[in-house]
Amino acid sequence: MSQSIAGASPRGTRTLAPLLATAGIWIGAAVVMVLLPQLFSSGASLTKLCLMGIMIIFALAYNMLLGQTGMLSFGHAVYYGLGGFFAAHAMMIISGDRLPVPLAAVPLVGAVTGLVFGIIFGAASTRRSGTAFAMISLGIVELVAALALVMTGFFGGEQGVSFNRTRALALFGWKFGPQIQVYYLIAAWCLVSMAAMYFITRTPFGRMCLAVRENPERAAFVGYSTQGIRFIAFCLSGLFAGIAGALAAINFEIASNSMLSAQQSGVVLLMTYIGGVGHFAGPIVGAILITLLQSSLSDITGAWQLYFGIMFILVVMFVPGGLAGLITMHGPLARAGLLSRLAGPYLRALVPGLMLVAGCALIIELTYKLTVERAKSSILNLGPLPLDAATATPWIAALVLLVLGVWTLRLMGPGIAEAVSAVRAEAAARAGS
Amino acid sequence: MLELVVFSTLNGLQYGVLLFLLASGLTLIFSMMGVLNFAHASFYMLGAYLGYQVTRTVGYWPGLIVAPLAVGLLGAAVERFCLRLVHRHGHVAELLFTFGLAFVIEEVVVVLWGRVPLDYRVPAILDFPAFVLWDTTYPAYKLFMLVISVAIFIGLLLLLTRTRVGLIIQASLTHPHMVAMLGHNVPRIFMMVFGAGAALAGLAGAIAGPALVTQPSMAALLGPILFVVVVFGGLGSLSGAFIASLIIGLVQTFAIAIDVSLNDIVRPLGLSLPAPAVLGDLWNATVAQLGPVIPYLLLVLMLVFRPTGLMGTRET
Repeated sequence: MSQSIAGASPRGTRTLAPLLATAGIWIGAAVVMVLLPQLFSSGASLTKLCLMGIMIIFALAYNMLLGQTGMLSFGHAVYYGLGGFFAAHAMMIISGDRLPVPLAAVPLVGAVTGLVFGIIFGAASTRRSGTAFAMISLGIVELVAALALVMTGFFGGEQGVSFNRTRALALFGWKFGPQIQVYYLIAAWCLVSMAAMYFITRTPFGRMCLAVRENPERAAFVGYSTQGIRFIAFCLSGLFAGIAGALAAINFEIASNSMLSAQQSGVVLLMTYIGGVGHFAGPIVGAILITLLQSSLSDITGAWQLYFGIMFILVVMFVPGGLAGLITMHGPLARAGLLSRLAGPYLRALVPGLMLVAGCALIIELTYKLTVERAKSSILNLGPLPLDAATATPWIAALVLLVLGVWTLRLMGPGIAEAVSAVRAEAAARAGS
Repeated sequence: MLELVVFSTLNGLQYGVLLFLLASGLTLIFSMMGVLNFAHASFYMLGAYLGYQVTRTVGYWPGLIVAPLAVGLLGAAVERFCLRLVHRHGHVAELLFTFGLAFVIEEVVVVLWGRVPLDYRVPAILDFPAFVLWDTTYPAYKLFMLVISVAIFIGLLLLLTRTRVGLIIQASLTHPHMVAMLGHNVPRIFMMVFGAGAALAGLAGAIAGPALVTQPSMAALLGPILFVVVVFGGLGSLSGAFIASLIIGLVQTFAIAIDVSLNDIVRPLGLSLPAPAVLGDLWNATVAQLGPVIPYLLLVLMLVFRPTGLMGTRET
């Protein structure tokens, strides 16, 4: 986690060009967000896009803690879920009393909720850091989830709290009945939240967060209260998580107990970490990728959560920088014009890697067919190729793929690693000269 | 009333010592490696599932031996081939790794055994009421669980305090470098302690499987309680973990039996407080309903006000 947050340029280089580039990125993001529903206009993809927008806010909020301030929380869904519930109740009051409040303002309720509960729970938990903080966060999420089951009046018990989002004040004729209007609401809030969170990383406070993460003792010696920095980061993170929760409630027209569970907290942790905690864009990458995987993999296989978990473990073990870290690692190589030299080693690694993945996936799928879906049929339809899990042939094929993959990777692995590190060394030498 | 107290105490003690079987391994692993093993409850679940599988094919008693051994080997392998690799990236990465492992183990269990609870039965030889008190029977299997857990506890205590192996383990907890200087292979000791802890968890699963429900969510249900126990007792303190296990066990079983709400307690004092509408449910909920909340409340309060836990010597 030693890389700096995106765009951490030394003070002297604040000329017009980088400023324009930054503005360009944000304008580009806005244009993409406006155009996306034109490209993917089907109902299913619109649903995915809405979910992505929500998860981007949530993951970025989470990364304010994990990536930027170095606080591992197992219970961030508390602020997401409570934001959702308070937004749902606000909507019920608005539609019941016919208050002149537009739907677009309802996420503010989530923001305030997240902030208030962030202040309450943050005051208790940010006094500690590291493992103790992680444990307190776990305790708090279990506490709130257990309380939510008891307080059925507010949390609606098993059914949750559902409402009708079209009954708020309609501005410019937008009633938010069609999903596309909800998408634009989410996209607008997503863009504003992203920009706000990025701006926070560029303030002196954002810089102090990094200092508290990297070296709390030294930050304290410079004269900052590490506990104070952690507390403010925690409250702000709660605020944005609350916005995400409110948007989720608006999107589904329901706030349910699963939103504030330990599982939901786990999902955002996985998302953020797979995307990469060391880079501002990491959680965005993670949120987009995992949302896509969740919806597309769950159509293909019932064991999709297993793949999800294995992917997380592999990232923790081998790519601690996450996907964003993997991408930014190639930045210096691209600047040195050496990117094409990596094609050879990468291609050589790709073939055994694919064999390994295919072998593992085949074994998992065949097992799944024999156990969970035994009652249905033992035939695994692999495109046009039907494989019968009850016979030996597909198992042998899977084992052969697996063994071949492992064997060739072991054989060629050192050579590939050497080639890659040679290219990186050359890029570093060129940058130095 | 007496009946309730006696049976709740028995059940609480039995649940408490079962918790200690898990907590002892978890806290030993934490003292050695400084990592809280999120997957510890998953090892417990694997113990139950493997025990069931062996029971189906061979019998209950072999399952009671094979399941812990297999889980122990798996635990040792996890330490040797994965955790040691992740260690380079620091404690947060280790915590994240075990978190991911817990996630994967749950999904593997779903893929292998399905989502439906298993029909893991108490062996016929132990399927009789041990005694009858005030017309309520106490199953022999629960007594058996109590006896095994206590036996393991005493064995562990003797092993750690009275044998050479125990002394080396104790020494590597506090002075790993000195132990290494004296010629002991400290990483191997770590691996074996991790494996032994996992095996204890597996054993707990194999004996608890028939009494509780063997299902894929059993790890997620017990895991947080386990953390409450080790943090409440003081991380790294075995005696603290023992006391905390009993406290949590008793608190949880007694809470289930108490059918009184806060409102009921206050009313005789003439303090019929009209609670605000939102908190009304909380006000009228019985202690039994609030039972699941209590351990986490204890955890949060303990961490905020006494971070070392009951008997811990160092802050978490």
